[in-house]
Amino acid sequence: MAEIHLKSLAHSYSKNPNKPADYAIREMDHVWEHGGAYALLGPSGCGKSTLLNIMSGLLSPTNGQVLFDGIEVNNIPPEDRNIAQVFQFPVIYDSMTVFDNLAFPLRNMKTPEVKVQSRVHEIAEALELTALLKKNASNLSADEKQKISMGRGLVRSDVSAILFDEPLTVIDPQLKWKLRRKLKQIHEQFNITMVYVTHDQLEASTFAEKIAVMYGGQIVQFGTPRELFERPNHSFVGYFIGSPGMNLIEVQRSTNGVKFGNTHINLEPEMVDLLAEMPSDNIKVGIRPEFIHVWDGPNTDAFCCDLMHVEDLGTYKILKLKLDGIELKVRIDEDQTIPKNKAYISFPEQWLLVYVDEFLIDASSEQQGIE
Amino acid sequence: MSLDLKNLGYEVEGEKYLTDVNLKLEPGSFNVLLGRTLAGKTSLMRLIAGLDRPTAGSIYMDGIDVTNIAVQKRNISMVYQQFINYPNLTVRENIASPLIIAKTKASEITRRVNETAAILQIEPFLDRYPLELSGGQQQRTSMARALVKDASIILFDEPLVNLDYKLREELRSELRDLFKERNAIAVYATTEPNEAMALGGVTTLLHEGRVIQTGLSTKVYRNPINIEAAKLFSEPAINLIPGRLSQNEVTFDDSVHFPLDDDLSKIPPGNYVFGVLPSHIGLVPNHDDDLEITMRMQLAEISGSETYMHVVNDHFNLVLQLSGVISYHIGDSIKVYLPTHKLFVFDQAGNTIQTPSQRIRGN
Amino acid sequence: MKKIPNNKAWFLVLPVFLLVAFSAIVPIMTVVNYSVQDIFDQNTAYFVGAEWYREMLRSPRLLDSLLRQFSYSFSVLLIEIPLGIAVALMMPAKGRMASVSLILVAIPLLIPWNVVGTIWQTFSRADIGLFGWSLNAIGIDYNYASNAGDAWFTVLLMDVWHWTSLIALLCYSGLRAIPEAFYQAARIDRASSWAIFRFIQLPRLKSVLVIGVLLRFMDSFMIYTEPFVLTGGGPGNSTTFLSQALTKMAIGQFDIGPAAAFSLIYYLIVLLVCYLFFTIINLQDKAK
Repeated sequence: MAEIHLKSLAHSYSKNPNKPADYAIREMDHVWEHGGAYALLGPSGCGKSTLLNIMSGLLSPTNGQVLFDGIEVNNIPPEDRNIAQVFQFPVIYDSMTVFDNLAFPLRNMKTPEVKVQSRVHEIAEALELTALLKKNASNLSADEKQKISMGRGLVRSDVSAILFDEPLTVIDPQLKWKLRRKLKQIHEQFNITMVYVTHDQLEASTFAEKIAVMYGGQIVQFGTPRELFERPNHSFVGYFIGSPGMNLIEVQRSTNGVKFGNTHINLEPEMVDLLAEMPSDNIKVGIRPEFIHVWDGPNTDAFCCDLMHVEDLGTYKILKLKLDGIELKVRIDEDQTIPKNKAYISFPEQWLLVYVDEFLIDASSEQQGIE
Repeated sequence: MSLDLKNLGYEVEGEKYLTDVNLKLEPGSFNVLLGRTLAGKTSLMRLIAGLDRPTAGSIYMDGIDVTNIAVQKRNISMVYQQFINYPNLTVRENIASPLIIAKTKASEITRRVNETAAILQIEPFLDRYPLELSGGQQQRTSMARALVKDASIILFDEPLVNLDYKLREELRSELRDLFKERNAIAVYATTEPNEAMALGGVTTLLHEGRVIQTGLSTKVYRNPINIEAAKLFSEPAINLIPGRLSQNEVTFDDSVHFPLDDDLSKIPPGNYVFGVLPSHIGLVPNHDDDLEITMRMQLAEISGSETYMHVVNDHFNLVLQLSGVISYHIGDSIKVYLPTHKLFVFDQAGNTIQTPSQRIRGN
Repeated sequence: MKKIPNNKAWFLVLPVFLLVAFSAIVPIMTVVNYSVQDIFDQNTAYFVGAEWYREMLRSPRLLDSLLRQFSYSFSVLLIEIPLGIAVALMMPAKGRMASVSLILVAIPLLIPWNVVGTIWQTFSRADIGLFGWSLNAIGIDYNYASNAGDAWFTVLLMDVWHWTSLIALLCYSGLRAIPEAFYQAARIDRASSWAIFRFIQLPRLKSVLVIGVLLRFMDSFMIYTEPFVLTGGGPGNSTTFLSQALTKMAIGQFDIGPAAAFSLIYYLIVLLVCYLFFTIINLQDKAK
């Protein structure tokens, strides 16, 4: 059982942090619930490795608490935290057989040999390693080694969370999806909290039920892959998730909505009211290339853009358009007709999102984001 | 400058790296070499550069045989997979180094370094050292060094492979724009079909040291000449189902039947391999002749904005490429719709008999 | 990637070949030539065939020093390898103290053999040497000049003092090459310090230790200067190792023929030991 609660957590590598930039992790509150499959996603340098090391106990946070099932573990070393970790490069004991590798944590805890036998066989079965048990661990392929590292975490019945640190980095591309599948199966079979740290959106979205996107030492969104795609809570999430990322346009307030150049975009009245209350002038609208509607011909509701470039990617096409000096990317299907010179587009209301100070403004619910 | 490769072969101690490569690269063209690891991409680039000498055939530049001319005299630049820069020189000095070797005038050097740095957006870092920069900036520096000297051939050996995908997206489109205004020949090796498509230009498919197909990327993509070309140029790879075409219907693996349409009925009966692109299969029917098949869910890989769904039944497995984020549980039973008018047909030897684009044209 | 074979490259090896010929092959052949003759003076020599080899292999002089040599080399390895590993494990991994300890450990390696001999010769003297005097003062009867065991002990101590640093430095670099993730994983697996040493550190030190063992074996097998400076091989013949026995025979007594045979046997023993060593290592690697 483990719910991992990061309470008012902050971490800085400098001795006397006084400004926000000194913090690798800015103050945050976050809960990884028991038994969930989670990912921690972000670009390099966003603080995700720091956060991982704080959870595993290799680093002690500057401020705040790490709670496992409500008990503070700040000062408990990694070996006593009941967590396992799978590293970027497979860590195996190469002088041992696969069996001995898997048995190692159990034998360290002086588990009776009968129990070691049954437990190792059970885990080897789940990981499809049974045929390799007698082999020397040093001659295996990277994916098999990585399964062993994972197995060493699973054999211990007291392990309640497994942390993964970019575990598929050294795996052959053709084998990656099989290992991803294995990971998901393992998660469904064993009721264990798993946190998967990566910079790759595919890894994160495939593995996790919920993803925490980290940017600049903060978790800017914690949501399902679908939420990250359809309702990014922060402009960075919009940019980082999806290829190409979200179109983000800097805009000013106007009477019925927002404008840039001579282009006016109407928004719902609730949204207009909400925007008027906000002190900040840093307003952006965002829409994904997939959601921009392209009309077949001129239309009163549509904006007229110049077609700059068409990128034919085979399965779909990316149109690069210019609207009032702003470049927009639009994704259209393979069979859809490509407009000539001018394109007529509109932004469906449900997919047009408004960001103030980089965070999403939601008119339907109460204000979110900035705290 | 044009580049002509004639019957090039390269082997070492009986091991063949390249066999009978014939290619003509036009001035100002962007050429992508697409192939898996060890397909011979790097070998071919090294021959073009003059770092290795071919064991058969010859290389012509502007009609002049340069097969035996050393690399230093070929006016070539190369960008590698690793970020290769001089660690003890600043970014500015790194970029200037080819010009200094060529004994260019100081004022000219300053002008060109600034110009190239501006294009690649590394102006703010000119006085820093490469190791103080991020991976993307380091690779920009090595690209700037390759671009600054006006080489007539610029070779890129998987330059973006070590960068994360957002940086790849950006650098890829910058590169393409950069070459629009140049008259140099660009040769770009990659293992990723999507990258070949995104870069545009001409794609040459390399497989086991041989050229299997070459042509405009979009044309090669839609009309692969054989099964190998189709597999190489699709990501996720094209779904292949063995089947039997009889007088009036097609049977996939003795399990699924559907009637012939006009185009399929032109093919003589027999055993064929049918191909369908992952992006052509859907979860909802959108054409009359869509074939409904019940499959079991194996895994949904989500790329952020797309879902690659791996499904299986007792006879074959399929991968679907769907827009948006779609989640299912492993083991769920789902119906997929396979458009029979978008089938690729390959004969037993693997040669293409029909592609969807030919069939649309035929209608 | 493989390169095209280019036979012209062999010409570039020619100078080295010539150099090796003059520095090794010609001298060895000269020695082989000596070993089959009985030489009286420059103009008088008789061919004696394998006579000297037979004699040498039966000579107690050679056999005794050979035995002494082996027990010495094995003692050296037995002490220096574990001690070197222990020192390396205790050295700090990073920070200011890491460089300080590196320098301290490296100092003995910078001192020439004969100086080491002289230092210990003085240091251990029972009358004026601090070490020798102190031992006697606390009631241990110690005098390397008269007691064979004490002399042996002193030569061994000298070697350990001089060369344990080499093993320590080799192991230190080997230890630093182990990625941090291995230690983290082991901690999470709740491995004891002994288990970490046994299953992570030791296996990964194997390749440096192979080099260390080989270097120390070869080097100690050639030991000459230290016992020569200390007691000249005495008391009696107690610290006369192979090289010194050989020198005495060749230069002291000018028995060129037997000495040549002796040195070739010596040479073959070294080769044999190296060969065995490598065979065992290779077999182990293949067995994996």
